[in-house]
Amino acid sequence: MPARADTRRDSRYGVFSRAKLDKLSSESPRSPQPTAPPTRFPRKLALLARFLSVVAVALLAIAAQPAPRQSAATPKQRYLSPLEMAITPDGRLLYVVCQDSDEVRVVEAASGKLVKSILVGHVPRAIALSAASRILFITNAWSDTVSVVDTTTLQVVRTLPTGFEPSGVIFDSRANALYVANRLSNDISVIDFKTGQETKRLLAGRGASYLSLSPDGKFIYCTHVYSNPGAFRSQPESEITVIDTATQTVVERKPLHNVAGAFHLTTSADGKLSVVAQLRPKNLIPLAHVEHGWVFGDSLSLFGSDVGGMVQIPLDELDRYYALPWGVAIAPDKSKLFLTTAGAQSVTVIDVRRLLQTVRTRRQPFVNDLSASADYVSSRIPVGHNPRGLALSPDGNRLYVANRLDDTISVIDTTSEKVISTLDLGGPKEVNALRRGERLFYTAEFAFQGGFGCSNCHIDATIDGLEWDLEPDGFGKDIVDNRSLENLAGTEPFKWNGGNPDMPTECGPRTEKYFFRSQSFNSQQLTDLVTFVYSLPYRPNRYRPPNDDLTPAQERGKAIFERTKSKQGAEIAETNQCGYCHSGPKYTNQRQFDIGSGKATDRSPIIDVPQLPNVAYSAPYLHDGSARSLEEIWTVFNPKETHGVTNDLTKDELNDLIEYLKTL
Amino acid sequence: MNTRMNDVNRIGTAAIGCPVERSSTARCYRTAIRRGCLLLAMFAIFASLMFAQDLPTFRWENFTTANGLPDNHVYCVLVNGQRIWAGTDNGLGLYENGTWKVFRPADGLAHQAVLSLALDKHTGDLWVGTMGGLSRISAGRIDTYTQLNSGLSNDIVYGVAVQGDSVWTATAAGASRFNLRTGQWSLFNERNTPMFEIWNYAVSAAEDKVYLAVWGGGVLEFDQATEHWKDYNDPDGETEMVVMKDQGLIHEITTSVSYVDKILWVATYFGASRYDGRYWHNFLQKDSGLPSNFLSQVKGLDANRAWFSTDKGLAYYDGTNWAVYRPALDTHKPEMLVRDAQGNVKNIPVLSAPSHNYILGVDFQGDDLWVATAHGLSHGIRQKESVNLAKVFGSQEGKKPNEGATQ
Repeated sequence: MPARADTRRDSRYGVFSRAKLDKLSSESPRSPQPTAPPTRFPRKLALLARFLSVVAVALLAIAAQPAPRQSAATPKQRYLSPLEMAITPDGRLLYVVCQDSDEVRVVEAASGKLVKSILVGHVPRAIALSAASRILFITNAWSDTVSVVDTTTLQVVRTLPTGFEPSGVIFDSRANALYVANRLSNDISVIDFKTGQETKRLLAGRGASYLSLSPDGKFIYCTHVYSNPGAFRSQPESEITVIDTATQTVVERKPLHNVAGAFHLTTSADGKLSVVAQLRPKNLIPLAHVEHGWVFGDSLSLFGSDVGGMVQIPLDELDRYYALPWGVAIAPDKSKLFLTTAGAQSVTVIDVRRLLQTVRTRRQPFVNDLSASADYVSSRIPVGHNPRGLALSPDGNRLYVANRLDDTISVIDTTSEKVISTLDLGGPKEVNALRRGERLFYTAEFAFQGGFGCSNCHIDATIDGLEWDLEPDGFGKDIVDNRSLENLAGTEPFKWNGGNPDMPTECGPRTEKYFFRSQSFNSQQLTDLVTFVYSLPYRPNRYRPPNDDLTPAQERGKAIFERTKSKQGAEIAETNQCGYCHSGPKYTNQRQFDIGSGKATDRSPIIDVPQLPNVAYSAPYLHDGSARSLEEIWTVFNPKETHGVTNDLTKDELNDLIEYLKTL
Repeated sequence: MNTRMNDVNRIGTAAIGCPVERSSTARCYRTAIRRGCLLLAMFAIFASLMFAQDLPTFRWENFTTANGLPDNHVYCVLVNGQRIWAGTDNGLGLYENGTWKVFRPADGLAHQAVLSLALDKHTGDLWVGTMGGLSRISAGRIDTYTQLNSGLSNDIVYGVAVQGDSVWTATAAGASRFNLRTGQWSLFNERNTPMFEIWNYAVSAAEDKVYLAVWGGGVLEFDQATEHWKDYNDPDGETEMVVMKDQGLIHEITTSVSYVDKILWVATYFGASRYDGRYWHNFLQKDSGLPSNFLSQVKGLDANRAWFSTDKGLAYYDGTNWAVYRPALDTHKPEMLVRDAQGNVKNIPVLSAPSHNYILGVDFQGDDLWVATAHGLSHGIRQKESVNLAKVFGSQEGKKPNEGATQ
């Protein structure tokens, strides 16, 4: 039924949109795939060709459907996936965080020769070097720990506990204190390094991820991969959390307006210019406007005395986007700014003098003026797949770029702005389906003008916490929340209305038509992408006690989840019992129902039953994200008990139910 | 027994208290030191008693809407260094550097009526209990928790306290404990505690114990180690008649608790109580320096000293003596009443007083006070001069208890 609706919508809007898209697409000089037929063909012929190509692609996609079982059986090689780096003060060694092999590789910066491989915790994410370079700190995102490495012996000497999903890390040598940004608990652990005890937990924003110490050591800045929770369908707002290292308290929250994902932050050596890599989404208007303007603005926020207040600047160009700005570095002499654009496989180089001149000249906000980047971008340097972390040599002459999905490091001469060598970190030589699929997931090359890729919304293959108006069905229709991608096999169909029966449909024609508006994946690519998406595992559940030994509150919640009678003894209709829809190993019966959550803007109130594992991580809730918390699903959006019988529950019983849901 | 006494007598002591027979030199010195310490301790106690004869005086500066306070009805006040937070009926006021900044729902606050405040001393975050939920102010950002969007037990948050990683709230429907690290809400009510009334008015939390003032239900004690609850009730029942004064809590209708130095201070609408874990001592208007039995708050300074917020003035108890600060109930002129241990009362001439008799809360800024009243916020600036009761009552014949005090 929903699939038919899609077809109808396509017949209403698709031809015009595609024709226009094709015209625009043919102007794109960097599209890696063959472009659509040019518009100089006779119109009818072009339409026919286009129709046939759509049918052909759809058939190919269907034929290419990999069964989940087949995907799961694909052997996963231990790729290294270098994510972040630190460099020794003499510039001789690079410490490389390898995300997929759970290690830090110590390599010679000049030759790439492996000095040592240090096994750390699960899914290491960030690295910091102490001021005297004697200690390395590595966060282990899925172990909830920090590995402490003695750089003399290159051995892990301590492992310290943190909050949920530790990411960024900074060591304040003066106070002997370690700061860790915890992405899932949305806070910052302050750890007394002498005792190893966490002395306090500071409130950060949602998705606290990257930390940066100001050159004078007075402040630590924290950025966030998700925007802070706000009102339904409001503009995303993020923040830079500013910590005073003297008091170890948060003293300021610099607002990042209309920013959904902020990544690395760096400050110039003179302390006068700080830079944040960030994404500005246009999630409040229909995605039909992909061809009319950007869906994501790849941009920077600047602050510091060089620019006065907070200034946002665009990185994109009028007809080309540089997706997913991620890592940033400023040359020691502040002449240049380097930026990895993880979805565009490139490094953007900005002339700082021209940048500051532009900022000072233009008095009005210009972050949406994509022509502005020409004033200060000096070059775009192609590098490897999914470039992430950056490290500048102490003299500023060499820039090292971690190509996460190549297991290599690009070495850039910062004067000529050219790649002069590529260091092979020694990962598997074979590029298997998983890796190919992961590259497809993280690239923006398939979208119109390279605007965005899967990972723009599924940040690090998770969510973005936003509600989107995805399809060209009119303004404000069918608003949808971003669903989790963890362990999807066995949760089909997909899409909030269940309209896509399988993952190839979800990732294939739908993506082509409604998201990317440009090239679709060929059958092999689609198979690879689906294989990768199906391979995404559950993140560790922090609420489930060891050995599933539930707490009393969780046990009480479980009883409520499984009950068949109300507290008054009345039978609860089978279809209104929690365990009816949310059944099976993924807590979904893979069917669609009207649970009364439909809005006037929804074409149909019937929605797909979502899986529940790790539901605590994926706020907001309901198909459109209108429930800002698990509680609101029932306190606000279930007045007629169409989504389970809950009105007989006391407040503490509802709390128990939620405590149980968080363990799933 | 007698033999041993005789032995002691026979052994005797020298002038400095050293045994003259069967004593080694070391033992002699030890005993001397011990007795010296005893003497010092006695001197210290004597000195403290002498000092305790001094009652503080204040110069009062008052704030109303005329000079920036968001509303004249001030429910609570909290001092954080040089920042003064005032919870009023129409917004939360922040007084800093001589100016007021106001937070209301438009700024993200849960509700305009701010009933309670607590500071997380580790992080500097402020927790704000309102008539419409609980807000957290952290470096300017306001996050709000309500009974709809979170596990908070009820939106009317009369009391809030932070202890370690827990934020405790006393609400109109039981108490809540919010774990800041896990995000878990635990609710405490008639179903899992001896709370036979659910109207919680105040909470005081320490490392070992948490106390709840339950309006109509006495006091509840939570043992942090065992997670067990214990209730303290008025042995006379709910009657306002005091039959056994020091046998237990003075009354069931409790409004405030303050747990400090392992001493529990309790305010009720019918007097106040002090509990040391074994013995209760109760305070009534008729036999203490309390200007009224109707109390909104008590705040212990330490095991012996406390401030009482009553409907007839602000009272200070130093463990022996009392002082009351208020506008006189009849003339509204500034008034300070002092009362010594014998019940002698004297009216001390003063030039200023808190802005209103009806006191709702107090907090400390060094030696200064900040006082929430039903009509304005008052800053009590501690004066060098104290009232020395020895001088006050030594120079004249003491009056009878409460004589001269306008009650």
